[in-house]
Amino acid sequence: MARILFLLALFTFVPCAQAAVEINQFSDPQHEARYKKLIDELRCLVCQNQNLADSNAELAQDLRAQVYKMIEAGNSDQEIIDFMVMRYGDFVLYRPPFKLRTAMLWAGPFLLLIFGIGYLVIYLRRQTRKTETKLSTDEQQQANALLGMQEDENK
Amino acid sequence: MVRYIIPLVVFILLVILLSVGLQKDPRLVPSPLIGKPAPAFELPVLGSPDQSFNQQQMLGKVWLFNVWASWCVACRSEHPLINDLASLKLVEIIGLNYKDAPSDAQKWLNHLGNPYQTSVMDSNGRVGIDWGVYGVPETFLVDKKGIIRFKQIGPVTQEVLQDSIIPLIKQLQAE
Repeated sequence: MARILFLLALFTFVPCAQAAVEINQFSDPQHEARYKKLIDELRCLVCQNQNLADSNAELAQDLRAQVYKMIEAGNSDQEIIDFMVMRYGDFVLYRPPFKLRTAMLWAGPFLLLIFGIGYLVIYLRRQTRKTETKLSTDEQQQANALLGMQEDENK
Repeated sequence: MVRYIIPLVVFILLVILLSVGLQKDPRLVPSPLIGKPAPAFELPVLGSPDQSFNQQQMLGKVWLFNVWASWCVACRSEHPLINDLASLKLVEIIGLNYKDAPSDAQKWLNHLGNPYQTSVMDSNGRVGIDWGVYGVPETFLVDKKGIIRFKQIGPVTQEVLQDSIIPLIKQLQAE
């Protein structure tokens, strides 16, 4: 009984939870999919580390409305992206184009990876060379004696 | 010896990289509008809403476009400097009253002084989007040909006014 009441209470709150999000009527389900993809890839300038979809800043609401309007007006995705870039620069894009300015952004992680792998290879080679150094006969005998002792103990 | 120098050099390079990064303000996004024509607008004038104003009326003049709102706290701190600039009569100052209620805006100007030759009302923020506004206050300097030459994001400070804006106004007036 308590569980049913709890579920009922939960369902009555659902409409309230949705009320905070603006509701856009799309003329075409494809428009809605494009809208969702675009607001996912455009950055909110105010909060900077959120996209338009996640942000509750007023500017993000305005820009979402702008994206919606442009989609319904028949603008292509590229036109909408160009519209935003013209006003806010490449910074609005979570996937900025590859340019001289953004070269380090795109290439940096791969350069670091190559550098890291190179360093690791050199380091490992050096380590194996070290372990390969031969023991002198005295040392060998000593080692054998010690190892033999240990084996005896294990028995 | 070399094995000690390499990490040291890497460390020093990292310190340089990070300290340069710290000096920069991540909130300052370089505006793509600098060097481009000022975006067109036609908006009602604050105080006389039946009149409208568009940016073409400013062609042939150097003008400062200051985005402000009565709800914006940083605008309040910047306002005395805009008043100072207005009293120098170096440049015409146009205000963009961004997403504000006209009565609040009017009260704000009556209280703090009105440095603007005209303030236009961008009640839904659409012109703000065209100008790439994302953090009020913002200030643009437009030259005689209607090209944006400078943008300040956030409040204008005494240093910015003295070191960047005023010299640039003088330079643009002479162009």
